Amino acid sequence: MTAKLILSLDGALIQECLLSKERTTIGRKAHNDIVIDNLAVSSEHAAVVTISHDSFLEDLNSTNGLTVNGVSVRKHFLQNNDVIEIGKYQLKYLNDQISQTSAADFEKTMIMRAPVAPVQPPADKPGDTGVFDTAHLQADKPAATSSAEMKRMPPPAPPVARAAIQILNGPNAGRELELVKGLTTLGKPGVQVVVLTRRPHGYFITHVEGANFPSVNGRIMDNKPLQLNDHDLIELAGVKMEFYLKG
Amino acid sequence: MEDALEIVEQTHSGMVRAHNEDSIATDAACGLVVLADGMGGYNAGEVASGIAVSVMVTEVADPLKQSSPIQRDEASGEELAVVLLNNSIQRANASIYQAARGQAQYSGMGTTVVAALFYDNRVAVGHVGDSRLYRLRGETLELMTRDHSLLQEQIDSGVISLEQARHSQNRNLVTRAVGIDAEVMPEIHVHNVQPGDIYLLCSDGLNDMVEDDDIQSVVYAMQGNLALAAEQLIQTANDNGGRDNVSVILVKVKQTFAQPRSYLARLLNWLRK
Repeated sequence: MTAKLILSLDGALIQECLLSKERTTIGRKAHNDIVIDNLAVSSEHAAVVTISHDSFLEDLNSTNGLTVNGVSVRKHFLQNNDVIEIGKYQLKYLNDQISQTSAADFEKTMIMRAPVAPVQPPADKPGDTGVFDTAHLQADKPAATSSAEMKRMPPPAPPVARAAIQILNGPNAGRELELVKGLTTLGKPGVQVVVLTRRPHGYFITHVEGANFPSVNGRIMDNKPLQLNDHDLIELAGVKMEFYLKG
Repeated sequence: MEDALEIVEQTHSGMVRAHNEDSIATDAACGLVVLADGMGGYNAGEVASGIAVSVMVTEVADPLKQSSPIQRDEASGEELAVVLLNNSIQRANASIYQAARGQAQYSGMGTTVVAALFYDNRVAVGHVGDSRLYRLRGETLELMTRDHSLLQEQIDSGVISLEQARHSQNRNLVTRAVGIDAEVMPEIHVHNVQPGDIYLLCSDGLNDMVEDDDIQSVVYAMQGNLALAAEQLIQTANDNGGRDNVSVILVKVKQTFAQPRSYLARLLNWLRK
């Protein structure tokens, strides 16, 4: 579960270091957690600060600097498979817990039981803004690690075919509007609005407000969303439009 | 207040969770809306959020039947609306804390809370944890609360940027919650309200799954049909994965709602200046 750094030189593995401490140092001197005995490496070259599941790389004012995935950085929020280069040495960051946590663990909101109790003397006035207590973010306090549960980013939406509507009559005839956003508005809020929404299983048209209800293929819509099919004909307040999927 | 505000609410357990641990409550007569996102094993989360909303509605609505929300509290000098909101969160905290200590299966339960009390052309907003309140004014959607979360603290202290925060795996750690400790520190602010404003209270199941820009486009486009807007917000969260319970309360300000002031009260107020 714990993230790790894998040190290698020219593809040959040298050392594997678990990021179990809040602060892991990298440098030439022997007191570092990861020692790289090479003159191109500063005595204290860099540090990795790990808070719960996230790790941050920081250059400790080293002489020769470092790069992550080929980009020179001073501070960096490490992502799984990032490659840190210090001189000719490479450190690969691996944080594979995403694949190891069960779906049931997702998203549970948890209270962080900081060793420093979040209870503070009540503010003088109820209207006062509370003070943020960041004491538990500092070193040697095992703040969140025990109770932390992780959450994944939403998966990339399954691909929905691109689609557009084309206006068929009136002064704007021929104009095409591609439905790039999750929600496309036709009309003016407060007066007359119809929206076209893109969902994982297709496109829908919904009447939101206004006296004019659109018709689809000649049938006037009701209040419910209606799924659109390729080449459907939409008519709204006299304007005719064709919905079509783009290949 | 019923004439000035249009309120809709909707909650959904999402696409992954079996339970809905969110609770919502509204009291249109006194202009109060409350949303809570509970946490704790088994059904403890539901219990905690349920206690929070029911205690808060009672503690705010009952006193307002007799007293004016703009009346000043003698001890603190604050308006009653602010005092009630603060006290109600404290009471909810005590109730949940006691319940959790009394029964082993509820041990450690807690809840976030966000509440808005509309009065005198203003809104008092109180929150604890990472449930949010947004305001749509004109075309601009603005986040009016700041999460009490580890992630927000990391952003504030400059450890990570907003862009990096989107990829953080720490987004569900809250640094304050109701019912966890013997005391709680709510954050309360008062904002001016304009007719046409739309206020959105939501649990993190919405804003973790739907980008702010997309929330804005839904609320803006569908402001003429709040029920549809609420449904669309929840549907969007679920279409994006719906990993958490998702709850929304939408409040639209239809007209001004100045608190009637007696001649004497105005005079006293003037003398105090």
